[in-house]
Amino acid sequence: MLFRYRGSEGMLAWAFHRISGVAVWAFILLHVFDIWLANVNPTLYNDLLSLYGSPAGRTVETALGAAVLYHALNGLRIIIMDFWPSTTRYHKQLWYANWVVFVVIGIPFVLQIMAPAFGLAAPFSFGG
Amino acid sequence: MQIELRILRFDPERDRKPHEESYQVEAGPMDRVLDLLHKVKYEQDGTLTFRRSCAHGVCGSDAMLINGRNRLACKIRVDQLKGRRITVAPLPGLPVMKDLVVDMESFFAKFRSVQPYLQADDPDPERERRQSAEDREVFDDTTKCILCAACTTSCPSFWAQPSYVGPAAIVNAHRFIFDSRDDHAADRLDVLADGDGVWRCRTIFNCTDACPRGIHITQAILEVSSKIVEHHA
Repeated sequence: MLFRYRGSEGMLAWAFHRISGVAVWAFILLHVFDIWLANVNPTLYNDLLSLYGSPAGRTVETALGAAVLYHALNGLRIIIMDFWPSTTRYHKQLWYANWVVFVVIGIPFVLQIMAPAFGLAAPFSFGG
Repeated sequence: MQIELRILRFDPERDRKPHEESYQVEAGPMDRVLDLLHKVKYEQDGTLTFRRSCAHGVCGSDAMLINGRNRLACKIRVDQLKGRRITVAPLPGLPVMKDLVVDMESFFAKFRSVQPYLQADDPDPERERRQSAEDREVFDDTTKCILCAACTTSCPSFWAQPSYVGPAAIVNAHRFIFDSRDDHAADRLDVLADGDGVWRCRTIFNCTDACPRGIHITQAILEVSSKIVEHHA
């Protein structure tokens, strides 16, 4: 029924919130794994980092950033409605506002993450 | 115009699982889905089973899943649905008894669990219990419920956890919790503070969208949640 019921913006907002939440959780598992790898096999850890820096890896990182940002913004939307229930009457407008903020914050992040993959910018360098 | 009406049918004495059947019906844009169901029942297949009583959006008997959303068959018109094909299925999440008729017993048991009646401890007055217009306004929206179950059965939290008390019961609790003449709000808040109470709401808004009376259900649920927090603070 979950995929057959034609909900509106509220159901989409909730579905994306769940999907982005699971995606962020999956990334945390991956992150725990790679940090563990740094300790037990530094060479493999470095190989993994270069994979993160590849165009495919950067695309996945962009998707991760999008998931985190959406989850955070929609979380704020839910908090607003929890504290001020009368704002539920404008839940669709709040969701559209979320997307505006999502795009405004997201674009610089996408450029920053993806530009080195196309040779448009040098990757961040830490330290030396 | 010709409308194809696809109805999910189930006869417990014959079928192992529900199946879709298609009917061609002549209909005008102002006909309601209930009119189309009547045409099928009266002219094509008398075994088609569904509930309806007042047929004018007041009794709440004919809530069903129409084109993927819970609605009252007597309120939704052909022109509002757009297209020549209309799908009709029973309300999701409740056991199907036959065709479009679902077993509502568990739904009404949850409704009764929130004590949906006035409980005043002060002695009976000589005449009515008076209330200011402002006090009445607080719960005006939730007096409109017709117990059609469109809200509860549109809720993914209810599909996942059928023991969830559901939006309809919370709306009816809200109607008395915020009634200035009632003295037993705390009892209802205790029922709704349970694991199967208001906290299962995920602010999905399917209930609010499905309500044929336009009740702001999610707002009512969150107002009850706030009241529970206040009550237990």
